Amino acid sequence: MVDNELLKVKGLKKYFPISNGWFSSKEYVKAVDEVSFSVKKGETLSLVGESGCGKSTLGRLINGLIKADAGDIVFKGDNLAEASETKWRSYRKPMQMIFQDPYASLSPRMKIKEIIAEPLKIHDPSLSREEREAKVKSILEICGIDYYHSDKYPHEFSGGQRQRIGIARALILQPELIIADEPVSALDVSIQAQILNLLKKLQKDYQLTYLFISHDLSVVEHISDHVAVMYLGNIVEIAPREAIFEDPKHPYTKALLSSVPIPDPKLKRESIILKGEIPNAANPPKGCKFHTRCPLAMSICSKEIPIMKTVGDKQQMVACHLYQ
Amino acid sequence: MSETMTVSKQQIASKRGTLSTFWHDFRQRKVAFISFLFFVLLVILAVIGPYIVPFNPQTPDYNHVLQGMSQKHWAGTDEYGRDVLSRLIAGTRISLGIGISSVLIGAMAGTILGLVSGYFGKWVDKTIMRICDVLFAFPDILLAIGIVAILGPGLKNVIFAVAFFSVPSFARMVRGKTLEVKEMLFIEAEKSIGAKTNRIIFRHIFPETIPIIIVYLTMQVGTAILAAASLSFLGLGASPSSPDWGAMLSMSRDYIGTAFNLVFFPGLAIFLTVLSLNNLGDGLRDILDPKIKD
Repeated sequence: MVDNELLKVKGLKKYFPISNGWFSSKEYVKAVDEVSFSVKKGETLSLVGESGCGKSTLGRLINGLIKADAGDIVFKGDNLAEASETKWRSYRKPMQMIFQDPYASLSPRMKIKEIIAEPLKIHDPSLSREEREAKVKSILEICGIDYYHSDKYPHEFSGGQRQRIGIARALILQPELIIADEPVSALDVSIQAQILNLLKKLQKDYQLTYLFISHDLSVVEHISDHVAVMYLGNIVEIAPREAIFEDPKHPYTKALLSSVPIPDPKLKRESIILKGEIPNAANPPKGCKFHTRCPLAMSICSKEIPIMKTVGDKQQMVACHLYQ
Repeated sequence: MSETMTVSKQQIASKRGTLSTFWHDFRQRKVAFISFLFFVLLVILAVIGPYIVPFNPQTPDYNHVLQGMSQKHWAGTDEYGRDVLSRLIAGTRISLGIGISSVLIGAMAGTILGLVSGYFGKWVDKTIMRICDVLFAFPDILLAIGIVAILGPGLKNVIFAVAFFSVPSFARMVRGKTLEVKEMLFIEAEKSIGAKTNRIIFRHIFPETIPIIIVYLTMQVGTAILAAASLSFLGLGASPSSPDWGAMLSMSRDYIGTAFNLVFFPGLAIFLTVLSLNNLGDGLRDILDPKIKD
């Protein structure tokens, strides 16, 4: 497991302070709380969970856009959690990000060839103009955009095309890890499939490693090798894709999976409907954070925090008292 | 057939660049457009004015002192017999020159301070904004008088004084826009690529602030011309002999009862210039940034 590990995250924490006036004690939103996982080279790990569970925060922590409060981010054998801004900058070359909203993630006043050339100008300032343009041209064609359009501005493109431009920008530095933060959730279903297929093809061609953040389980099933399920800042289950989708262990994973619509009206399925809202992250429930909504909650669940344990023979890790 | 027509029309519409859309919108606004034409005329006068004046604006003519409006002297002559119209035309250069240069200097300094203040936040922001608050507490003209009083009268010092009091408004406005833009996703995308801070500020945030800067710049030039004229009127700006609109007002105030043209025409010139700049600024604001209205 250690040999070809590209990214390893251990005990990562990020608490956002919220203050309620001068004299009350400071409270924290535990956006990411003691998260550990690792990704092997060439694989895709998907992070799934409801909105507000901390999956996007986790992505930004790994990319260094926000600083972690505690824990390790080991990328290619180097711990980046405590690294200086200068050291981070050199690691941004092999680690790129694709954003959710292709309308907002591209600078509105730059031509797309300038947008895509930005990373080159930052990391390879010695390149000549011609070399840079040749690279931009080839990467645009790989991502399915005609070079003929490179003089246009982002607002002249459709959502799917813009996401392709975003992917081209992430790819031009030949990164090893791509953090994709809900890359298809802003797109139409037909375009989603195109973008997912493009991502898969690129992964095969360039041995890319993906950290794929999504709330859409059908998308996750299509693209992942491993899946990590997050709930209120914690990973509750992490397992290979087949294990998650065929034999989910954690009650939360089961509930999530049962909410995925099946395109067959005759097929009847027992759907687990969770009670109530996701609890306030500033004041999460004691013990297992899921016990307030869990259909199988026991008395121990409200007292003790469950630890990650391997269950079954498929490297399936679950944090639940049912399997302790 | 009709379908292909509509398609080609749409294509033409989409091909039309942002600049021509802007021009089209601008021409729709009659007041702003007329103000713009007037401003262009002023700029032309400022450039070629001294070469087309009918009389030398500086040379006294003691045979024709304090004449009223006539065929020869359209706006009359002053107490030294100098042609008022010629002096007004020649004065365009001084007034516009002071107005534009001082506001440009103020805008530059204010923009940099605003970008830095908004982007870095924390104590940098607090320091810069508190200094701006202090400057805001003085009435503009009082601040300018204070500065000229310290530095001494003269055109250069007037430019500096007017530039100085326009800095805080630019700083505050650019800071506001910076605060808005720096939270946008494409700025985060730039950071994730590894862009350095100065690149983010000047290549990505600054262009977003240009529209509001242009709008405010236009309006502020009017204020600056007015302030410069006031300083000249008080005898702190241009020397009384030079054909400056404010200085002309100041010189002729003793004759206000006998020769109204001496006061009226410089006043009218200042009034029309400031009015056109304010209208132009309003129009530009409506087109470029409908969100700021104060």
